[in-house]
Amino acid sequence: MKPVAIKGLIGAVGNVEGVLATPRPRIWRWFDRDSRRAAAPPAPPPQRAPVERDPLEPSIYRFILRYSLRQQLVLLLLTLLSFPFLYYSLELPKIITNRAIKPHYVSQTIFGHPFAQIPYLMLLCFAFLLLVFINGAFKYYINTYKGRLGERMLRRFRYQLYQRLLLFPLSYFHKNSSAQIIPMITAECDTLGGFAGDAVALPAFQGGTLLTNLFFMFMQNPVLGAAAVALYPVQGYVIPKLQRKVNQLNRMRVRTVRQVADRVQETASGMADIVANDAGKLQLSYFAHLLGTIYDIRFESYQRKFFAKFLNNFLGQLTPFFFFSIGGYLVIRGPLSIGGLLAVLIAYKDLASPFNELLTFYQSFQDSKIKYEQIVEQFAPPGIIEARLQPGEPETVTRLAGEITVANLSLAEDDSSRVVDGISFTVPLDRQIAVIGQSGSGKSELARLLARLIQPSGGRITIGGTDLASFSAATVGRRIGYVGPTPYLFAGTLFDNLLVGLRHAPTRPAQYPPAVGRRRARQLTEAAKAGNIDFDIHADWIDYKSAGVADREELSHRITKVLAGLGCENDVYSLGLRGRLDPEAEPGAAQRLLEARKALARRLADEGISHLVETYDVESFNRNASVAENLLFGTPIGPVFDFEALADNHYVLQVLAKVGLVDDLIGAGREVAETMVELFADLPPDHSFFEQYSFISANDLPEFAAILARTEKGGTSALATPDRTRLLSLPFKLIAARHRFDVIDEAMQQRLLAARRVFRADLPVPARAQIEFFDAVGYNAAASVQDNILFGKIAYGEADAPVRVPAALAEVVDALELRQTVIEVGLGHNVGPAGSRLSLALRQMAGIARAVLKRPDLLILDEATSALDGQAQARVMKGIKEEFAGRGIIWVLHRASLARNFDHVLVLSNGKLQEQGDPTELFQRRDSLLTLLAATE
Amino acid sequence: MSLKEEFELLRRVPLFAEIEPSRLKLLAFLSERVGFDPGRLIVRQGDTADAAYLIIDGHAEVIAEAPSGPVILATLGPNETVGEIGILTNMPRNATVRAQDRVIALRISKEPFMRMVREFPNISVSIMQELAHRLDAVNNQLRTCMAENKRLREQGGIAA
Repeated sequence: MKPVAIKGLIGAVGNVEGVLATPRPRIWRWFDRDSRRAAAPPAPPPQRAPVERDPLEPSIYRFILRYSLRQQLVLLLLTLLSFPFLYYSLELPKIITNRAIKPHYVSQTIFGHPFAQIPYLMLLCFAFLLLVFINGAFKYYINTYKGRLGERMLRRFRYQLYQRLLLFPLSYFHKNSSAQIIPMITAECDTLGGFAGDAVALPAFQGGTLLTNLFFMFMQNPVLGAAAVALYPVQGYVIPKLQRKVNQLNRMRVRTVRQVADRVQETASGMADIVANDAGKLQLSYFAHLLGTIYDIRFESYQRKFFAKFLNNFLGQLTPFFFFSIGGYLVIRGPLSIGGLLAVLIAYKDLASPFNELLTFYQSFQDSKIKYEQIVEQFAPPGIIEARLQPGEPETVTRLAGEITVANLSLAEDDSSRVVDGISFTVPLDRQIAVIGQSGSGKSELARLLARLIQPSGGRITIGGTDLASFSAATVGRRIGYVGPTPYLFAGTLFDNLLVGLRHAPTRPAQYPPAVGRRRARQLTEAAKAGNIDFDIHADWIDYKSAGVADREELSHRITKVLAGLGCENDVYSLGLRGRLDPEAEPGAAQRLLEARKALARRLADEGISHLVETYDVESFNRNASVAENLLFGTPIGPVFDFEALADNHYVLQVLAKVGLVDDLIGAGREVAETMVELFADLPPDHSFFEQYSFISANDLPEFAAILARTEKGGTSALATPDRTRLLSLPFKLIAARHRFDVIDEAMQQRLLAARRVFRADLPVPARAQIEFFDAVGYNAAASVQDNILFGKIAYGEADAPVRVPAALAEVVDALELRQTVIEVGLGHNVGPAGSRLSLALRQMAGIARAVLKRPDLLILDEATSALDGQAQARVMKGIKEEFAGRGIIWVLHRASLARNFDHVLVLSNGKLQEQGDPTELFQRRDSLLTLLAATE
Repeated sequence: MSLKEEFELLRRVPLFAEIEPSRLKLLAFLSERVGFDPGRLIVRQGDTADAAYLIIDGHAEVIAEAPSGPVILATLGPNETVGEIGILTNMPRNATVRAQDRVIALRISKEPFMRMVREFPNISVSIMQELAHRLDAVNNQLRTCMAENKRLREQGGIAA
């Protein structure tokens, strides 16, 4: 599913910058000398006006000039303007020493005013100061301008690359690794911004300086002038030659570095199989081989690069050699004055600096050019979706109606074998159709062709008489729903994931306080300047109309209804119980949850099962909570009082010392460690018992064994601080009712209560934000919804507790009409990267719910319920069929027997449509393929 | 009740008696204590056996669901076990066990128990020995029963 709709961006870019896209000024041809593509004649003028030019130019200078010619000219102008000031700031010190500080002062007049020596000196000094300031200001402004320009260009470039990525055909991602794309958009193009800032002003300025100095030399003496430039042709020939080889090496290096990225990603994704097969060595060797290749390339490239530098320096110093030899000879023989030779030598010295600057620039230009071209090349895979199918936000998206006609549809693989082979059928759009076939029958491909995720290699699909290929991306993406076997969930909340199909463009502007609003407006203007989309990400994007609801509240109910229809409402409810509610954002809900707390307590008492929940009480020890929780009597907010780190916490140690508990807790830790070492020592380190049951991980166990050995001599008090800290960390995890260690006995519990009181009373003010204390009448924002209602711990070791407490809780939640609130908290659950924090079944449900919520005219499901058990599948199928009464469903099923309740069934085999018709009839015929397929299940 | 006491209790169960103490301690640690209110089912006939129980305190009755209605087969008290054979097989529970009064039991889950059996062959050997003893006892009983049966049939035959 496309995450973002792209609105009229290409158009905007094309219009604003089109003016600048005319053939390049002649001076830039020089830079493209060894680029064949650029040497070609300029692109013919557009035949028809509306044809949009590809925003991504093939060469870096075309890109820079197309999008920043005006800024480049401004930069050049600023550089030129700064020049006289720079010149005078160098000249003024000379005037000061020569005229103002001279012992025999000659009175100076400025604008007719005669000046005495001291005022004259002061005037010049202040003028100098002013010039220094002006120069600094110029430099500051120019550098900032350059930086900003570079960053804008980089932003535009990255944006265009990403925009391209959204147009890539799906097949690209099956065949190529995405790891290679990441460095292209991130690291590889990073230096291009800096180059864009220098692209025009630097060569123009340095070239100008060089030419001026050369001109001066020729004026002094044409022969010596000619001598100064005599070697330029040689340098101009040899250096690019050497550079070309370096360029090739650079290209290879960039490619190899991409392979490195690829490798790292492969390793990360295949970690389980690498470990399971002990394939680490092979991976390491492969990686080392890649690094070796990079080393070789780099080494060769250094040799050539620095040889070029050496040669260049040598050639550069040959000229002074001629000056000294020939010029000296001329001076001795008479035709040249010694003053003239000195002037030429000084001027020549001035040539070296701009010349070297130009050379460095040439190298960085070559480098950027290669990077640019190599990136752009990768962003033009075959089969890229035409940009015109992705136009701006459409006025209306037409509803699909009529019949779906599939005519002679074929899909060929790369090896020209046909996965879908000449399929034809016609069905009304409002029917519910099952597609059956064995794996490899082409059923999944048919589903993806119908959703236009892939393009057919032959034949066509029409809906309501219109070719599917000619529909806009918006129509296909909004009026057709597609759910594959593994729907992708984006990192973020479940709510956001369910609404992917409803967020195409901002529908309601965001409300900002004035200051923030101004900053947002500036950000959006800046986005437009870099050719980026100017939609506000903070606006409300939800298309309520498409969802068939009026506002957020109705939407929320609608989501619950859809989830209930799919039978996964309870899963989201459970997520909600474990989730957190922000009482400041929803004070009403928090208040009612507090009422639920009271109601639950009453209910448990009424049922006579109060002992199944041990309520928090500031005056008593909670045997079902850990020692850490008992000590803090609250929920840690940040990392400061994290349960895992309590033994390191300075304040906690202080509190324990005050009540004299440190040594006893360390003693308890020692006892726990002894038991753990005794029980777990001879288990293999990767044994699952460690993770499930042990207080000490397999890696730490030997260390604890060593600490215990050290206690043999002088007890725990003789241990070093780190050892004591480690032992102290163990008892914090103990839960008295669960772990049955003797160490947390009645006396210890009383002393922990004393520590709790001290902890609370002495807590310094800054640390108060780090913990939210349990409060019988207040909502705890740091704790989960369930913990807030329970306000205690479900008792361990009570057979009834895991069943009866949640049941009572659910009843209370329902009675207080809080279920919707809890579900909303559940919708706020963060699904983790690629939905990894949800079960596979719930991910599939979310994928289906997402498609249902956007209310498409046609829903295509491709084995979308394969992770569900039979009962859940039947429920989902029933729910969807009810929801889509009167609208079309095309459902690719993995079991033939499931086709029974559909209006029509298509049976595929080897890419061909073998039979179709009413499933009841087909099931009655004993020789039908459908009956056969169902029989083999 | 602490780990050590639970370990002592486990040691008295014939099935576990021969297991090395260190392993048995681990098993005690992996087990959990569960309380059942009077009348609550500890296991239900027909359910998959996912754990064995060692009654620490209280009493429970073993009930078989017969077509004619539930039949109480036996009453179990402290130190007696429930369903220890069940976790060795994949067979469903063959009877229901209900708490008569408040029952405190040690719950030994199937999964960690089976892992230990698989990974420490000594445990399997001691369990095997215990089961062989039981089998022997059952065989003897069967032999007696069959002899009795035969005798009765012969008597009946004469009577008929």
